[in-house]
Amino acid sequence: MEPFKTATHLVVPIDRANVDTDAIIPKQFLKSIHRTGFGPNLFDEWRYLDRGEPGQSCADRPRNREFVLNQSRYQGAAVLLARDNFGCGSSREHAPWALLDYGIRVIIAPSFADIFFNNCFKNGILPIVLPGAVVERLFQETLASEGYRLTVDLERQAVTTPGGEVLPFEVDPFRRHCLLNGLDDIGLTLQHLTEIEHYERQQRQENPWAFLPQGA
Amino acid sequence: MKPRNLFDKIWDSHVIRTDKDGTSLLYIDRHLVHEVTSPQAFEGLRLAGRTVRRPEATFAVPDHNVPTKMLAQGITDPIARLQVETLDQNCQTFGVLQFGMGDIRQGVVHVMAPEQGIILPGLTVVCGDSHTATHGAFAAFAFGIGTSEVEHVLATQTLSQKKPKSMRIHVEGRLAQGVSAKDLVLYIISQIGTAGGTGHVIEFTGTVLSDLSMEGRMTLCNMAIEAGARAGLVAVDEKTIDYVRGRPMAPKGADWDRAVAAWRQLQADPGASYDASRSFDASQIAPQVSWGTSPEMTLPVDGHVPDPAAEPDPVRRGSIEKALSYMGLQPGVAVQEITLDTIFIGSCTNGRIEDLRSAAGYLEGKKVAPTIKQALVVPGTGLVKQQAEAEGLDRIFTAAGFEWRAPGCSMCLAMNADILGPGDRCASTSNRNFEGRQGPGGRTHLVSPAMAAAAAVAGRFVDIRRL
Repeated sequence: MEPFKTATHLVVPIDRANVDTDAIIPKQFLKSIHRTGFGPNLFDEWRYLDRGEPGQSCADRPRNREFVLNQSRYQGAAVLLARDNFGCGSSREHAPWALLDYGIRVIIAPSFADIFFNNCFKNGILPIVLPGAVVERLFQETLASEGYRLTVDLERQAVTTPGGEVLPFEVDPFRRHCLLNGLDDIGLTLQHLTEIEHYERQQRQENPWAFLPQGA
Repeated sequence: MKPRNLFDKIWDSHVIRTDKDGTSLLYIDRHLVHEVTSPQAFEGLRLAGRTVRRPEATFAVPDHNVPTKMLAQGITDPIARLQVETLDQNCQTFGVLQFGMGDIRQGVVHVMAPEQGIILPGLTVVCGDSHTATHGAFAAFAFGIGTSEVEHVLATQTLSQKKPKSMRIHVEGRLAQGVSAKDLVLYIISQIGTAGGTGHVIEFTGTVLSDLSMEGRMTLCNMAIEAGARAGLVAVDEKTIDYVRGRPMAPKGADWDRAVAAWRQLQADPGASYDASRSFDASQIAPQVSWGTSPEMTLPVDGHVPDPAAEPDPVRRGSIEKALSYMGLQPGVAVQEITLDTIFIGSCTNGRIEDLRSAAGYLEGKKVAPTIKQALVVPGTGLVKQQAEAEGLDRIFTAAGFEWRAPGCSMCLAMNADILGPGDRCASTSNRNFEGRQGPGGRTHLVSPAMAAAAAVAGRFVDIRRL
């Protein structure tokens, strides 16, 4: 995982609540056995006018000009501004993979769905929760000013607007540490292997039924 | 000792260690794996030179991509075939038991696992699939995870988690005739919203739970995720124990007795508290029909589709307008005026034997309306299919004009060939009515199996209570 670095990024607004992971990356692309290559199909059904298929080049597909990702002013955006309950529905990690592959590194919303929120951290994407009124204001500012950029500093836990306003945010300290350092958390867990083994031995004694079946 | 709720008890018994910041390392007892969310996890293990820590606690089944007809041809889509073959290879390489295509036990992972006795009360269960919540019906803490976490569980048999909050949803009273667990859960979601349970594990309590069968409890917990919850839970009673008894992977002999004694403790202590609580009256619940593009957009069958002009909140008004436009519905239209062209009965929500019995019970001696282009029944697993055939349900379905298919996820998410065309309108017993869920431009209305059967015959939604 790439360590998360402080940067100033262009913002793209997705102005609807309850955006689900089926919308972020439709099911036909879930047949891939790889982690990369989903970017061209991010929001496929909103972005293109035809039905996308895995393996197909998106270069010549008809685009929905009204959808924000197709508007020239938002090209190169790395901050996605969203509404409540972003990422609800399916657990598919293909959703953050598609966002990351497209170039999104930060998502700002008033709330996120749990599994998606978790999945972001595993892939170097920072989901930031800000109060609804603040997000509403960011939407207005983004729409009002072309080239609107936000500076996201994870170390200081602050988003800075072009006007110099500093918006602090909360993030779990362990997740922050992992993001800043690009850490693989399997390695971290295996540092506790002795404790895992101890737990297993104890449970096999106390609740042997939980360790059935051995039939594999 | 402070009285503990059901979730507290399961959580406490699985914590290996807790850090100062409150992050716990949680032991995982059972891991279910399917073809779509696992290939990148196994690849990760391979790249890091790791193994599966407890292959005997890991069970695999292909379900999302499998065809439901012309099985002799195998999977004709080469990309889908590669994904299923990749699961075969990974299971072989890492020593994981798989119920592969052609195995009578194969089918939707969340129907297969309880059927095999893999799910036991008091366990922690995960799967790279949000509908893992289903298994909370057994008082197991069961939740969906992403592929990175699948890899983490494969490698360590644990997950790092902060303890979610607890929510109690208490439902007293009796469901009316024709009103099922599906209607109950759709109703609850319509009341608390699709993010109403976010950050929480929901424990369902009340007299309505005692009345529900294990199948009904699975339907209820399955859709806890559609209310945003991490998991659903139902306490253990005799029905739970009776369901598990004698299943292939269930404990036997002295282990069984010891297990049952432990399971009987899986109740909230008297006076236990919850972080949030809601109460509902079961007798007030009508058969439900979703009208929009989120499961919370659900109405009683005698209701009318909302008018955005009446919604003061601009974001919500925008959602209603977008949903009406996508669904091709006029504001204020009566639910019973909505006509269908497709019927889908199946999925991890409603693909169990009781669901098929309920639909077939209504269809006996009746015919699907001529305006219905396609009506599918997809049993949850090969064993559900076999049982239904032994009871003659397949003949009732086919005589009525339904297609009797082989098991899999099928049109719930349309990764295989079972897919809606643009503008098709489907009464579906599945769990999600998102845009494009059953096919790009497809329109999904979520209902119970009996309501889907009645809609198939009438060609539009009808109130099952009046038939």
